[in-house]
Amino acid sequence: MPEQPELEMPEFDVIVVGAGPAGSAAALELARAGRSVCLLERGPYPGSKNMYGGVIYGRVLDNLIPRWWEEAPIQRWVTRRSTMLMTGNQALTVDYRSNAWGEAPYNGATAFRPEFDAWLAAKAEAAGAVLICSTTATGLLRDGKRVIGVSTDRPDGDLIAQVVICCDGVNSFLAKEAGLYAPSDPANYTLGVKETIALPREVIDERFAVRGNHGVDIEILGCTDKVPGGGFLYTNAESLAVGLVLSLPELAKCGRRPEELLADMKKHPAIAPLIEGGDVKEYSAHVIPEAGYKMMPELIGDGILVAGDAAAMCLAAGIWLEGVNFAIGAGAAAGQAAARAVQRRDTSAAGLQDYRRRLEANFVLSDHRKFREAPHLVMSDLAQQQLPRIACGVMEQLFTVTNPDPKPGMRKIIRSQMKLNNLKLRDAISQGMKALRTFG
Amino acid sequence: MSTDSYPEISFESRMSSVEFRVHERAHITVDDKKCADCSTRECITACPANLFVPTADGGVLFNYELCFECGTCYMVCNEEGAITWSYPEGGHGVVFHAT
Repeated sequence: MPEQPELEMPEFDVIVVGAGPAGSAAALELARAGRSVCLLERGPYPGSKNMYGGVIYGRVLDNLIPRWWEEAPIQRWVTRRSTMLMTGNQALTVDYRSNAWGEAPYNGATAFRPEFDAWLAAKAEAAGAVLICSTTATGLLRDGKRVIGVSTDRPDGDLIAQVVICCDGVNSFLAKEAGLYAPSDPANYTLGVKETIALPREVIDERFAVRGNHGVDIEILGCTDKVPGGGFLYTNAESLAVGLVLSLPELAKCGRRPEELLADMKKHPAIAPLIEGGDVKEYSAHVIPEAGYKMMPELIGDGILVAGDAAAMCLAAGIWLEGVNFAIGAGAAAGQAAARAVQRRDTSAAGLQDYRRRLEANFVLSDHRKFREAPHLVMSDLAQQQLPRIACGVMEQLFTVTNPDPKPGMRKIIRSQMKLNNLKLRDAISQGMKALRTFG
Repeated sequence: MSTDSYPEISFESRMSSVEFRVHERAHITVDDKKCADCSTRECITACPANLFVPTADGGVLFNYELCFECGTCYMVCNEEGAITWSYPEGGHGVVFHAT
């Protein structure tokens, strides 16, 4: 028989592990529903363990924190979204600008996660959640199969609750311990490395042709040598975020170090002038759950829910690279479902099924299911190697004036570039159709 | 493209930009007997903090102190049980500020 918890043990309705966006959204919903909730964070403050390659898309916050944009600690509002295909010395950029994204209710923003995550956690705290930092959850407490709390690294640090919501990040040892994950395959993960490069505000405004608190998000394909992945460059208020996302097994196999690959991209003629003269303010690294829907764990067990990176909810679908919004959406749904289950006195897996229903009804699982083939396609040789070369090659030939030779014409150029890069028309068509299906 | 105008920073300067609140207990341990038998040793190049260093006698030296706690090493490791991985004590380890 498992030991009965002692009465003196701190007892909460729900324990949320990890005060990232998922955990804080869950704790916020629970506190608002009148449940007692403990929000555990192993870092000295929320966000201190978190980095991203990214943009925070705020629509998911509209219901949670009305007019969030007036108070959220953001760096710049993204009003330019660029996609760059590059080879060693060429770059083709599709650049979209919308000043509507620079006005309320806004679209996406750059932010420092230690600031943003701490802000969101403070919202949960203000609503009544008990935030405990500098405390690592070391394992699950169980009664038979049922999760009844977590052990922590504090003296007498066991915490008892009716539901544990695991928002403990990509490595989620708790979800693994609960048996919710299949054995992990490194091919499902990427490594993100990033430099925050300090530059004066005016220099950034000028180099990126933006004003005020408007900023730029550049996503880059073809900048990672032989390793499937991609690059990114974002503007903060007075710094840039420059980084790479690299397939873990392929990075390990290639024998080159991640910061070397990043150095290559920084030297590229399309990138170097943008970052010139800036000092590295902070280097950071994090693993990303890349494979989306297909790598997701069981999201619900007896007394346990999983949300955010812990549930592999990053959407790494090439043209869409999102994670914080999925974490918030999932965390809020977990909080609502847990609150309901506690109220109804059924926190078994069956009693918590409302969580999955909520995720299926909103963007979190709908998007993931719809774009479940996208991560694989984006990491394919075609997208990684052939597409950037062919696209840049076509541009090179298209805009190189060859007088006195006559212009070859579009069809000939495309055909010759495809041939040069070993892409057969038949494969191009079938892959193109597949891409259309994949992206809905 | 000349690299002179955009000098790459040294690995030491890169890592000195990051705050680590080091705890006396190592949160990651490496079984160097198993590493000595490993032919791939992919952790050595993949670890973003460069914490795995090959030794002359065929082993692997490991330093936990400047660790990003990312998980790359145990995920790429193909020697069962060679790397034992956990999080550092609460409040310790990497502390990000501007990322």
